[in-house]
Formats: sequence, structure tokens, C-alpha cells
Amino acid sequence: MPNSLTIHRLIERLNSGDVTSRQATEACLNRIQSIDRELNAFIGFDSEEALTQADVADKTRANGGEGALLGVPIAIKDAIAVKDHPLNCASKILGDFVSPYDATVIRKLRNAGAIVFGRVNMDEFAMGSSTENSSHGPSRNPWNIKHIPGGSSGGSAVAVAADECVASLGSDTGGSIRQPAALCGCVGLKPTYGRVSRYGLVAFASSLDQIGPLTKDVRDSATMLQVIAGVDDRDSTSVSEAVPDYSSNLTGDVKGLRIGLPREYQVDGLDSEVKDSVNSAVECLAERGAEIIEISLPHTEYAIATYYIIATAEASANLARFEGVRYGARVNGSDPQEMNSKTRGIGFGEEVKRRIILGTYVLSSGYYDAYYLRAQKVRTLIREDYLKAFEEVDLIASPTTPTPAFKIGEKVDDPLQMYLSDIFTISCNLAGLCGISIPCGFSKHGLPIGLQLQGRPFGEPDLLRCAHTYEQATDWRNKKPKLD
Amino acid sequence: MEYEAVIGLETHVQLKTHTKMWCGCANEYGSEPNTNVCPVCLGLPGALPVPNAEALRKTALTGFLLNCDVPSYAKWDRKNYFYPDNPKNYQLTQLDFPSTVSGCVEFEFGGGVGKVRVNRAHLEEDVGKSFHFSDFSGVDFNRAGVPLLEIVTEPDISSPDMAYEYLNALKSILEYGGVSDCDMEKGQVRCDVNISVRQKGDTELGEKVEIKNMNSFSGVRRAARYEISRQMEVIESGGELVQETRRWDDDAGITDGMRTKEDAHDYRYFPDPDLMPHRPSEEWLAAVREEVVELPLARKRRFMTSFQLPESGAEVLVADARLGDYFEEVSGEGKNPKLVANWVINNLRAKLVETGISIADLKFSSTAIPELVGLVEEGQISSSIAQEIFADMFETGKDPKVIVEEKGLSQMSDSGDLEAFCRDAIEANPGPVDDFRKGKETALNFLKGQVMKASRGKANPQVVGDLLVKILNG
Repeated sequence: MPNSLTIHRLIERLNSGDVTSRQATEACLNRIQSIDRELNAFIGFDSEEALTQADVADKTRANGGEGALLGVPIAIKDAIAVKDHPLNCASKILGDFVSPYDATVIRKLRNAGAIVFGRVNMDEFAMGSSTENSSHGPSRNPWNIKHIPGGSSGGSAVAVAADECVASLGSDTGGSIRQPAALCGCVGLKPTYGRVSRYGLVAFASSLDQIGPLTKDVRDSATMLQVIAGVDDRDSTSVSEAVPDYSSNLTGDVKGLRIGLPREYQVDGLDSEVKDSVNSAVECLAERGAEIIEISLPHTEYAIATYYIIATAEASANLARFEGVRYGARVNGSDPQEMNSKTRGIGFGEEVKRRIILGTYVLSSGYYDAYYLRAQKVRTLIREDYLKAFEEVDLIASPTTPTPAFKIGEKVDDPLQMYLSDIFTISCNLAGLCGISIPCGFSKHGLPIGLQLQGRPFGEPDLLRCAHTYEQATDWRNKKPKLD
Repeated sequence: MEYEAVIGLETHVQLKTHTKMWCGCANEYGSEPNTNVCPVCLGLPGALPVPNAEALRKTALTGFLLNCDVPSYAKWDRKNYFYPDNPKNYQLTQLDFPSTVSGCVEFEFGGGVGKVRVNRAHLEEDVGKSFHFSDFSGVDFNRAGVPLLEIVTEPDISSPDMAYEYLNALKSILEYGGVSDCDMEKGQVRCDVNISVRQKGDTELGEKVEIKNMNSFSGVRRAARYEISRQMEVIESGGELVQETRRWDDDAGITDGMRTKEDAHDYRYFPDPDLMPHRPSEEWLAAVREEVVELPLARKRRFMTSFQLPESGAEVLVADARLGDYFEEVSGEGKNPKLVANWVINNLRAKLVETGISIADLKFSSTAIPELVGLVEEGQISSSIAQEIFADMFETGKDPKVIVEEKGLSQMSDSGDLEAFCRDAIEANPGPVDDFRKGKETALNFLKGQVMKASRGKANPQVVGDLLVKILNG
């Protein structure tokens, strides 16, 4: 079925006329129809509009038109603005809000001919690691529906892994693309901070957020990044660094590539199956000529604390705009203050409130220096650790997550345990690096395990080349969850 | 006991830019509510700010005009507070690395020069405007995101009058520099006053009271006067002053307590992660410096020394900057700048007011007024003819010499031509002639008037007088 194809296979078949974009889109919609009741990846979609886009793409192709994603159905995390579509961030507080504009990445997808369809589930305002914090209910892991799919871009990972779309966009603030990709067995790329415009991504933590693709293989990841990368005059933090040709760099050759293994990543609570799978993956790369070097990232143990101060501080201000004055849900009050607190009291979920309160606290007068300012200093140290390591190595390999997907409900009452599931992914955002998660095995219970590679700022070519080499040397990508 | 006041001002000024601070919406007063808005200035989810280059330039320019340093590093901070007119519920401002610092404003005060140090002028964004109706409220976000400069003085001001003069000087500097129109009625200037009172000679400052809600410079002066006497009374009666914010009630002429230090906001400032710090380069600063204009006080002094203008004339030309520019343009290297100034200040200004035409739309060339002055000086036309020519050239744009030629207005100085007019006047007015002969000197003026009238003003009055005397005595 065309919905199970990668982007590059689908494009081949669209070009050869074996299949139309309408058929591919219908296949995705049918797949959603048949399995999404169980998986809950989609918050909403407009079948008719998707098919209209597909017909336009088919016509364009018939007239000789081209596009890197011409006719390819792509699902979008509910945190990215799509013109004339609801935008909720899986929260009640946005009510019936409909975005009047397209995010820059959406504009770029459209320019490349993509079928932009469906809003996929997430943790409310991207705050969470399991997609359980969604006003729309949790998404479920396609490999075992009793388990979480990871988060916050859980819906994006599920939709790709379960062939409900061909590729999707997510956002990654502390692992929100890589972690669900690992737990659902697909490829998730977090680009370097500034590589992809954030304009139109509802901000959780502005200095950490980055949009990226979730795909069925590494080549698709390169294709998607090619389309969405680049400086944007609507985002001052986007960087004018030239965008290289990512796909042509997928040579399958890792000879001489230096891969670092951080000593500090040997943490308590690292699952032995995960550890073994990642070790095998590293061996596989070594066999193909990569040089494996042990490195040290001495400030790793402070990453989670640093992250939860900086991310929550930024979030406390970013989420202040949701109070029902201009848009979204509103609960009236006798004065603006009462209206605010009632609206926000009802509109936000528990985890969001917890983080707003935490962020408000660390910025408060008298605490700012001890928390926020110190966290910024530690962030600099963490970044320096990495930059120093990248003098010796080209990439850093590690597990994406310490364990395979845990059960739904298992950690909801223990936020600290939940936060620890991001232990390997968080530093990448603090340091502004690029990172990718690719499948590297399964647990004995049949749950996917992810290998994470991290690269230096704008080091995506090496990152994708290495990930692609490993992927092609193994056949994890060909395994599909049994859902019917 | 003798007291002295210590006053500092925080003045918010809207910058005159084409677009708002972070988006492409028009910076325009008076549009229909919520028409100059977009996702960015409405604080819609996902929208991001991008700094307005024109606002950054005008901020640095203001810095130079206020004798400030323009540091090579400035950054943006979020000031967090909830209010319905504040779209993001944080305001972007500059806390500890403002765009300009350490300047001063000099102005004429008390017969000398007053000087107030400027701590900083930092850039921030304006908020929307609330409207309250019978059973609901509304917010107009057209103003939200308009670039706003906050100019903070050191506590160098010692009286309400000095505060008033400082504000007027600041306004004229900003208007002069083209950075703001400073229209109070459009809310383009807003001012908060910090006041404390202490015993004369004390070195420590008293408890600072901040007063808000003045909507004119004279309101600032009134509020300051009231507040100083209120604080003195509190001290005199053995009371204690507290650090607080008070609201000026212009109708009642009093200040009311709003909040004390204890319930002051915690704004939880932190650096804005959506904006990169501004690092002006040397070249950029040099280009801005090119735009620096001469300040009003310096200009007035130069007009008085270089052109020998009287103080009153110089003041007129400084107060109306465009008229002053025009004067400089037309007087150029001319011989009679003082006379040119008279024409510009009196005749031209009156005509402009009368017709509503702007200087840019003047029909006559920049050489016309000096030419007109020259014609009078050389005795080719009388000053009353000059008035007529001026009206004509204002209307038609023709050069004065052309008008003289066309209308035959050249002054008649030739006694041969004038003699006939004189004889006619003598013949027609035997009464006055008699009076003159009896020694009544003023009768000559009457006869002169008749000749001028008959010559349609062209006769040279000097020559006419001489000629009449010669004939009558002859």
C-alpha cells in the first residue's frame, strides 16, 4: 500500500504513474480510519481538503511539475500553525482557535508540493515524554498499545510508524522528536538550533525548540530537512548558514569517521537490552571503518536540572499569552485577573501548570540568580563540554532513551521519573546541537530501541551519513508493527 | 526649615517609524480599531518578533542627540505582567543592556543653561489601548508593538519649572532629530515623575514617590508642585513618607496613592530568547552619526552670531525647524541675511499660515526672496511694491525681476518723469500747498502721498519730496 512507502519510494511510484497522490492520500486516510481509534495519533484531519491537495499535486505532476515532496501526505504536530486549521497544542485552552497563517515550515512543505494533512497528537504544549498529557487522550504505541509512544511528538511518531502518513513534522525541546521516534521504531531528526525556522511553532522553550521530521528511513529525513531548512526573516534566531545537499551526502561510507562514546552516559537505570543493542550498533559502525573513541562530558549530570529551570522559565512567559482575551477558550470573571485565573485554571492541564509555576518561581525576584542565572552558566559549561568533545570526534553515539517504551499510566504520578526518560536527549538542545534517533533493535517484548547520534552545530551531513550507513547495514527499518 | 525637591523623569516617546517594532504593520495613529494588526503584534501562538531596523537606527540617533554613549552590545528582556492590553502578557524591553546610556540634555533655564543627565534611553514596545463600555471592555491593538523609547533622567531636576523646561527641550530635540512627532494628544509622549523632598543640605535622598497619569507637560509641573508641598506637609506634621506610586488627578489637582513598595510587581525580567542581542558595528554607528542634526539651542546661538539675528527672530526660526531650514537655504551666502530673515519670519510665515501651503510646495525659487531684498536695497522698488511683488510671486512662482518687468513696477527715480506728477498734485491741491507755504511741514506729506498714489506707488518717495520742495520754493 502506498501509505507504507518511504518518501523516495512513493515519489518513484508517483513519477512512474504506478500510483497517484490521491491514491496515496486515500490509503493514509483509510489506514487512519481502520487503526487510529486504537492508536489515537490524530487529533483532527480534513479528508476532503487533503484529497483536493492531492488532486492538485497529481495535476501538477501530469503537467510536468516537480517538487521534492510533490504529492506526499505529511502529518503535522498540533503545535505548528497551518492556515485555516485548528491549532490546539493538545490543550483545552486554545478552544476553537483557528490559525490565520502558515508556519514557515508549512509554507516550505507546500512549496515542495507536500499534502499537508492532519494534526497529530502530543503532550499538551509539548510538555511531556509520553503523550499522556494530552487533552485529546494518550496516543498508543503501535508495537504494543498498552505502552506509551513517547512524547511529546508521540502522535507524529505513531502516525509514521503505523503508516498513517508517509512522514510527519514534530518539535524537539528536550528530545520530543528523538525519544518517540526511538520508542516507535522510526527515524527522528532534531536539527541544529537555528537550522529550521521556528516561525509558526507554538513556543514551549524558545531557546531549545526546534522543528524536525519523523520519517521511515534516513534518506527521507534528509529529504525533509532539505525542504524545511534555511534562514527565515521571520525568525531572528534562524541562522544564515548555507544549506548543504543532504541526500547526495548519503554515501554509505563511514571510514575514518570518529564516533565518541560518553563515559557519563553509563547511568543507573540504563536497560541492559538497550545497552546491548546500542553497543552492537556501535560495533557495526566500527566494522565499517568508523573510529570509536571514549569521551567525557563532565557536566552531564546537571543537564536535567538545568533543562527544567531554563525550559520552564521560558515557558512561564511563552504561555502567558493564553488567557482568553484575544482568542481561545475564555471563562468570564468579574475583572481581568479573575478571568485570567479561571481561564488558565480550567484550560491548562496539570503538567503545564506544574511547569508554569516552576518557571515563575525560578524567575522570581530573589531566586533568579540562584536558579535561572546559574542554570544559564551551567548550560554554557554543557555546551563547552560538547564543543571540546567535537575537537576529538565527529559524532557522539548513545542510546536515545534509557529504556524501551514504558506502560501507559506507569509514570504519570511520578514526574521526576518521567523527566529522567529524557536524560540522553536533553543536552543536545541545551548545547544547540543536531541529533537523530534511528532504530537499532527490539526488546524481548518486541518494543523498538533507538540509537542516538549527536553532531556538532550544522553537522547534519555527517549525522545523516552515519545514520544512513548503519540503517543500510541492518534491516530494522523493514519491520512493521502488526496492527490488523 | 528649608526643603529642596529632587526630581527625576521617565519619559516614554513613540518613535516615528513606518512600521511597528517587531512586525510589518503600519505605525499609524487614528486607524479603525484593530486594523493595523497581525499575528505578531496580536501575540498569536507561534508568532515571533523581528526587530525593526529603522527603530534601532532612530534609537541610536536619539542617543547621539542626547549626548549618550551607544554601546556595542544591547539586548532584549521580557517584562512579565498580565494585562488585557499586553498581547503576549510580557513586554519586550531592555533591562540591563540598553541601546543608549549616559547622556545629558542642556536647555535655557533661569537665565542660564540647565543641564539634566540622562541615565539611559532604552527601546521597548507600546501596548494596546483599553476602552470601557457600559457592560464590556475592548482593546484596540493598533498601538501594540509601536516602538517606544523610555528616556530616564538622573535625579538632577530641582523644581517643577525645571522639569517643565526639560520636557520642552527634550520634545524639541526629538522633533528636531526627526525621531518622534511628540504629539501629546496622540499619546506619543507620556511621562512619569519621581519626586522626593529633603532638608536643604542633606546628601541622602528621601523616600521616592513615583507619580503617573499626567497627560501634558503643564500637568507634570502641576503634579510636581502639588506633590512637593504634600511631602513637605507630611514631614512638617511629623509624618513619615513611604516609597510608593501615586496617581495624578488632574481635575482635582491632587495625587492619590496607588500602591506601595510592598505590593509592587515582580516583573520576573529575563533575556528574551526570541531575539538576538543588537551589536551595532562601527560602520553602522558612523552612518547613524551622519544623521545627527544640530540641536535647537546650538542652532539658536548660531543664528544669532552668524546672521546677527535678534533673539526673538532666532527663536522663531528654531521653533519652526522647517522654516529655519528654509531660511538657511535661501540666505546662503547672501549679503543681507537679517533682511531675508525678516521676510521669512514675517511675510512668508504669515502667507503659509493663511494659505495652508507647506514650504515644500512653494512655487517660487529659493533665490526669489534674496532677489526681492536686493531690489529694495538697490532702490529699484519701494518696500510697499515689494509687498505686492511678494504676493504675486507666492501666487505664480515668478521671479521678482520678471514681475517688476511685466507690471512695470520699477521705481521712478527720474526727476523728469516725476515732475509732471508733482506739478499735477500741486495744481489739484491748492489748500495744502497754501498750508505748506505758511510753514506747515506736514502738508508736504499729503502732497507726497498724492504723487505716490498717482504713480501707483512706483515713485521714489525721497526724490518726490525733494522735487516738491524744489517746485514749491521755486
